[in-house]
Amino acid sequence: MPTTYYIVLSFVLFLIGTAGVLVRRNALIALMGIELQLNGGNLAMLAFSRELGDLKGHVFAFFIIALAAAEAAVGLAILVALFRGRQTVNLDEATLLKR
Amino acid sequence: MTFNLRLIPLLPFLGAAILMLFGRKWKRDTVLLVAAGAIAGSCLVAVDAFFTALPAAASKGGLHDVVGTWMAAGSLKIDLALRLDALSGLLCLIITFIGFLIHIYSSGYMEHDPDYPRFFAYLNLFCGAMLVLVLGDSLPVMFIGWEGVGLCSYLLIGFWYSSSANADAGKKAFITNRIGDLGFLIGMFLLYQFTGSLNIPEITAAASGGGALMQTLFPGTIFAAPVAFWAALFLFIGATGKSAQIPLYVWLPDAMAGPTPVSALIHAATMVTAGVYMVARMHALYLLTPGAMAIVACVGALTALFAAIIGFAQNDFKKVLAYSTISQLGFMFAGVGTANFGAGVFHLFTHAFFKAGLFLCAGSVMHAMGGSGDITIMGGLRKKLPFTHGVFLVCWLAICGVPFFSGFFSKDSIISGAFGTEIFGEGLLWVGKAVGVVLMLAALGTAFYMSRLYFLVFTGSETRASDEIKHHIHESPGAMVGPLVVLAVGAALGGFIGLPGGLLDHPEWNLLADRLAPVLGPEMEVSRSIELGFMVASVVLALGGIGLAYLFYGGGYREPSRKFAAAAPRFVRLVQDKFRIDELYGLLIIRPIKRLAKGVFFVVDRILIDKILVEGSGAIVGVLARMARAVQGGDVQRYMAVFAIGAAGIVYLATRPSVPDVLKVTVSGLSVDVDARRGSKPASRVQDYSFDFDDDGKPEVTGAAPAAHHAYPRAGTYTVRVQVKDPNWGTSTSLKQKVEVR
Amino acid sequence: MGLLGWVTMLPLFGAALVLLVPQEEESIHRGLGLLTAIVTFVVSLLVLTGFDAAQAGFQMEVNRSWIAPLGIRFHLGVDGISLWLVLLTTFLIPVTLLSPQAIGIRNIRVREFTAAMLILETGMIGAFLALDLFVFYVFWELMLIPMYFIIGIWGGERRFYAAIKFVIYTLVGSLLMLVAILYLYAQFHAATGGYSFDYAQLSHLTLPATPQLLCFAAFALAFAIKVPIFPLHTWLPDAHVEAPTGGSVILAGVMLKFGAYGFLRFALPMFPLAAAQAAPLIAILAVIGIVYGALMAYVQDDAKKLVAYSSVSHLGFVVLGILTLNPTGIQGAVYQMLAHGISTGGLFLGVGLLYDRRHSRKLADFGGLWAKTPVFAACLLVIVLASVGLPGLCGFVGEFLVLIGTFTAQKLWAPAGLSGYFPAPKLMAGIAASAVIISAMYLLGMYQRLMFGPLDKPENRAVRDIHGAETWVFGIVVTVAIVMGLAPQPILARSEKSVDAFVASYRDRLQEARRAPDAPAHIYPPLPAAAPEAGGTP
Repeated sequence: MPTTYYIVLSFVLFLIGTAGVLVRRNALIALMGIELQLNGGNLAMLAFSRELGDLKGHVFAFFIIALAAAEAAVGLAILVALFRGRQTVNLDEATLLKR
Repeated sequence: MTFNLRLIPLLPFLGAAILMLFGRKWKRDTVLLVAAGAIAGSCLVAVDAFFTALPAAASKGGLHDVVGTWMAAGSLKIDLALRLDALSGLLCLIITFIGFLIHIYSSGYMEHDPDYPRFFAYLNLFCGAMLVLVLGDSLPVMFIGWEGVGLCSYLLIGFWYSSSANADAGKKAFITNRIGDLGFLIGMFLLYQFTGSLNIPEITAAASGGGALMQTLFPGTIFAAPVAFWAALFLFIGATGKSAQIPLYVWLPDAMAGPTPVSALIHAATMVTAGVYMVARMHALYLLTPGAMAIVACVGALTALFAAIIGFAQNDFKKVLAYSTISQLGFMFAGVGTANFGAGVFHLFTHAFFKAGLFLCAGSVMHAMGGSGDITIMGGLRKKLPFTHGVFLVCWLAICGVPFFSGFFSKDSIISGAFGTEIFGEGLLWVGKAVGVVLMLAALGTAFYMSRLYFLVFTGSETRASDEIKHHIHESPGAMVGPLVVLAVGAALGGFIGLPGGLLDHPEWNLLADRLAPVLGPEMEVSRSIELGFMVASVVLALGGIGLAYLFYGGGYREPSRKFAAAAPRFVRLVQDKFRIDELYGLLIIRPIKRLAKGVFFVVDRILIDKILVEGSGAIVGVLARMARAVQGGDVQRYMAVFAIGAAGIVYLATRPSVPDVLKVTVSGLSVDVDARRGSKPASRVQDYSFDFDDDGKPEVTGAAPAAHHAYPRAGTYTVRVQVKDPNWGTSTSLKQKVEVR
Repeated sequence: MGLLGWVTMLPLFGAALVLLVPQEEESIHRGLGLLTAIVTFVVSLLVLTGFDAAQAGFQMEVNRSWIAPLGIRFHLGVDGISLWLVLLTTFLIPVTLLSPQAIGIRNIRVREFTAAMLILETGMIGAFLALDLFVFYVFWELMLIPMYFIIGIWGGERRFYAAIKFVIYTLVGSLLMLVAILYLYAQFHAATGGYSFDYAQLSHLTLPATPQLLCFAAFALAFAIKVPIFPLHTWLPDAHVEAPTGGSVILAGVMLKFGAYGFLRFALPMFPLAAAQAAPLIAILAVIGIVYGALMAYVQDDAKKLVAYSSVSHLGFVVLGILTLNPTGIQGAVYQMLAHGISTGGLFLGVGLLYDRRHSRKLADFGGLWAKTPVFAACLLVIVLASVGLPGLCGFVGEFLVLIGTFTAQKLWAPAGLSGYFPAPKLMAGIAASAVIISAMYLLGMYQRLMFGPLDKPENRAVRDIHGAETWVFGIVVTVAIVMGLAPQPILARSEKSVDAFVASYRDRLQEARRAPDAPAHIYPPLPAAAPEAGGTP
C-alpha cells in the first residue's frame, strides 16, 4: 500500500481526535480524543519511518506511547480529583482557570 | 624611641572588657579592685614613661609605639600607632591620676547603685578611649578615642536609663558631638589630600614647610582661602563639639544628668578638654593661618563670657559648674587661639584639678542633700560638711584667680598672652586686644558666679531646705572625702609648675613650659610690664567679683540681689533660660529637618515613587491584563479551539510561497527587469515562477529563477503579473504591478 | 569539582537532604541545615587559606564545558573582591540558621524554610563566583526564587504584596540585563567568530559608544535596583519589613551587595566609556540616596522599616565608593559591603528577636528594656554603634575609606587626563559625610526608644533576655563587628591587589574606548594566547 494511505489515515485520526477534544463536553471523552490525536501522530511517524527506511520514527513512536500512558494516568487522576471535588466531569463546569 | 605605650590604654580597656563580661556576678570590692587596679596600673606605666623614659627622647619626637597597620588602601596607610611626648604625656598623667581618684570617689558615691559593675566598666572604657585620644599618633587613631569618649559620655550621661530625660541628654550629647565630628572628618580629608598623610608628625612637618598647605582652595569664590585655613577651621568645628564651645555647647549643661563623678571626670577634667588638646597638638597647622587662629580665639573668648553670664542665674549646683566649665574651656581656646599654646595647656591642667574638685564637692553636697542640686534650698552647709567646704573653698579661690592658687597663674598667662600676642599680624592686632578685654570681663564674671555659688551654698546661718532634708545632712564617707582632699591640694599648688618664670628672671622655674618646649615651641614672650600689669588687673577683677557677689549673696539672698531681680525680671528670666538657645536650635534646625523628612517620606517616597511610579506602572499592566482577560473564559476547549485556529494560521502562513511585498521592477528603455525575490539574500526555497509581462494569461518566462527580463515591442503601460508556486505544498500566489515603458 | 564548586554546590546538596527528611522532624531539619551551612563555611575557610593575596587575577578556577554548542562553560573563580563576599555569605547563613527567630513568628514548614535558605546560599555563592555570564545569570535568578518564597510564605501580613513587588522589581532589571548579555554574545561572535559567555573573553569586548551606553544602562538598571539606588529603592522597605528575620538578614546582608558587586565586576569594566559618562549621575544619586535614606530612617516608627531605610543610606556609600574609581574608595566600598552585612544583619536579628518576643515592631510599644534584657541590650548597642560608624567598630572603616576616596577623587584622577570626571568631590563627600550625624540621630533614637526610658508597658515586663543559641548568635556577630573594626587590614590586604588591578585595567580600557569611541566592536586588550576553544553554532 502506498504510504499516502497511511498518512491520510493518520490525518483523519488526528482530526477525529481534535474534534472530540473540542466539541465533547465529557472530560473522559475529551481525554480519549487526545489519545486518538497521539495515535494519529504515531501512525504518521511509523509510516514515514517505513517510507524512509529509518528506525528513528519507531523510537519516537515508543516515546509517544509512553507519554500517552503517562498523560492518561495524570489526566485520569485529575478527572478523579475533579469528580471528587465537584461531582461532575463536564468540561463546561470546570472553568477554574478563569479565576 | 619605642616604649610599650599600648599598655596605657590597654589596661583600662581590659578592665572594661572583664567587668562587662563577668562583673555582674562579682562582689563590689572585686569590681572596684579590677577597675581601680586597671587605671592605677595605667597610671604607673604613664608615670614611668613620662618621668623615666621621656626625658631622653623628648627632643626626638618622644616615645613611640606601633601596634600594627590599622588600614591601608590605595595610597592611604594608617598605623595603629601611639606617641607620648610632653604634651600627650601630661594629659596621660592627668587622665590616669584624676581618673584613679574618681574611681575611688565613685566607690563611695555609687555604693548603693545596683548597676555598680556597669558603671565601673564604662569608667574604665572611658579612660581607655581618652588615653587613645591623647596618645594617637595619627588623626584617625585620635578619632577612635575622640568618638570613643563621646560614646562613653553618651553611656554615662544616660547611665540611669530609666528616665527618658537622661537618655535624651545622652543622645543630645552624642549627636551634637557628631556634628563636630563631621567637621573633624572633613578637616582630616583636607589634610590627607594636601599632605598625603594623616600622621600627626608628618602633617606637622608638612605644615612647617608651608608649601602644599598654603595652596588656595576654592580659588575665585568667596571661599578662597589657603588649605591650612579650611583644615584648621574644620578641625576646630570638631573641637567646638567636643569642648562645648559656641555654637555646639548646648549639650554640656544637659550632660549633668549623669552621675556626678562622671561630670567631674568627663565633663570637666578630661574629655571636654580634648578640643584644646587637639588644637595644641596641631599647633603647627594653626600657626600657618592667623585667620583660623583669630576665629579660635574669638570663639573661645565669646564662649568664656557668654557661658559666664548664663552662670549668673542658674540655680542648679551642677548647671552652674557646667556653664563654668564651658566658660573655662573658652579661656583655654582663647589661650591656644592666641598662639599661647603652653598657657592653654597649663590652664587645662589646673582646671582639671579645681573643676574636678568642684564637681566632686557638688556630688558630696548633693549626696548630703538627698540628691537635690537646687542651691536655693541650700545655705549654711559650711559647718555641716566641713571637709567638703574646705575643698570647695580652695577650688573656688583657684577658679576665681586669687593669687597663688593654681587658677591665678594659668588664667593670668592666658590673658596677658592675649594682649601680648603677635600672631595675628599687623592688620589684626586688635583681635588679641579684644580677646583680652573679653577674657577679663569673663574673669570678672567667673569670680562673681562662683562666689555666688559659694555664698549661697556654704555661708549663712541656716539651710533653706525642708526639715526632712536638713535632718539627713551628713558628711560623705571617707572614700569620697579622700579624693577631694587630694584634688584640693592639686588645685592649691598646681599653679607652681607653671610659674611665670620670665617675670621672676628664672625662666627655668616654669617647669611646664620647659617640658612642653620641644613639642609646642618656646614659651610665648610677653613683656614684663604687660604681664605684671595684667596680673594686678586680674587680681583686682577677681577680688571685685567676689566682693560684688558678697554684696548680693553673702550669707544668703541679700537685698541687692532681690532688688536686681525685681528691677529686670525679664532679663533675669532670659538668662535663667540660657538665652533660649536650645529652643532656637529646635525651631531653626531640628524641627525643620524633622518636618522635611516627614514630608519627603510621605510625598516623595510613599506617593510619588511608590504609588504613582511603581504601583502606577503596575496598574497600567493590570488594566491591560483585565482587557486581555475577556478572552479567558476558563473553558479549556475554547482555548484549544483558539489554539487549533492559530496553528492552522501558522501552517497557512508558513506554506505560502515566499514573495516580496512589492515587485522590484527596473525599466530601461523598452526592456524591463523584474525581480520577485524577498529581500536581497538568495532564496532558500525552491519555487516555480511564471512571469506574464502583459497580463494576457500567457506567461513569457517560467522556471525556478526568481528574476526575468523582457523587452516590450512598443511603449505603453502594461501590467506585469508574476505567479509563484511552491511545488512542495502546492500553494501559489500572484503579484501584479503596472509598468510604463517609453 | 574543585573547591569552589564544592562551596557552591554543598548547600544545594544539603537542601536536597533536608527535603528528604519527613515533615515532622523539625529538629533534624534545623540541625541538618545548620550542619550543612557550617560545613560550607569551613570549606569557604579553606578557600580563604588557599587564597594567594599577592595575585590580582582569578584563582582556583573551575572551568569545564557545560552547554558546549552554545559556548557556555561552568566557569567559577575567586578574586580578592568576591572572596570576602563569599565568606560573608557562608558566614551569615549559619548564623541565621542558628538563630531561633530566623523563620519569623509564622513558625511553619521548617523543612522548606531551611531548604530555601540553603538553595538561596547556593544561588548567592554561585553568582559571586561565576565567571561565565550565562552561569552568572542562572545563579542570579536562582537567588530570586527562594527569596520569593521566604518572603511570601513566612513573611508578615503584607507578605504577598512585598514578595510580588520584590520579584517584579528585580525581574525588570534582570531581564534587561539578559538582553544585554545576549547582545554581547552576538557582538562577540561578530568580532571574533567564536561563541562565548565567558567573562574573561566578553570583558575584552569593546563596544562602540551608543550600544555601550545601552548595554551599560541595562546592566546598571539591574544592579541599581538590587543595591538599591534612589529612586529605585521602594521595594526594599516593603520586602525587608515583611520578610521573616532570616530573610531580612540575608536580603540586607548579602543580596543587596549583588548590585554593588555587579557594578564592580560587570557594569564598569565591560562598558568603561558608558560608565564614565554615567558615573556623575550615579554618584549624585548615590549621595542623594545616602542622605535620603538616612532622613527616611529618621522618621520611621517601625523598627524594621528604620533599619531597612538605613540600608539605603549605607549602600549609597558603597556605590559612591565604587564610582570614585580610585583604590581607596573601592577598597572602602568592598569593606563597607562586608561591614554592612554584619551590622545590618545584626540589627535585623535584634529587631527580629524583639518581634518574636513582643509581636510588635512599633518603637512606641517598647521602652526600658535594658532592665529586662541587659545582655541583649549590650549586644544590640555594639551592633547599633557599628552601624552608626563608630571608629573601632566595623562600620567606620568602610565609610571612612569611601569618604576619603571620594574627597580625593579629583586629585587621583587628574594625572590620567581624566579631570572633571567626578563632580565636585569635596562637596559630595561633605554631603555624604553628613549622614554620620543623621545615622546617629535615627539609630540612637531607635535604641533609646527600645532600651531606655521607663519600663512602663506591662507586656515588656515579661520579655526574656537572650539565652542559649541566641547568645551564640549575638556573641558571634558582636565579636566579628569589633574585630573587623580593630583589624580591618587582613581583609583589606587580600582585596588590595584585585582592586588595584581593577582600577588599572579600567583606566586602560577607558583610554582605549575614548581613543576611538565609534570604532566597531572589537577586542581590547587582546585575549590571552591560549584562549579556550570556541563553541559551535548557537
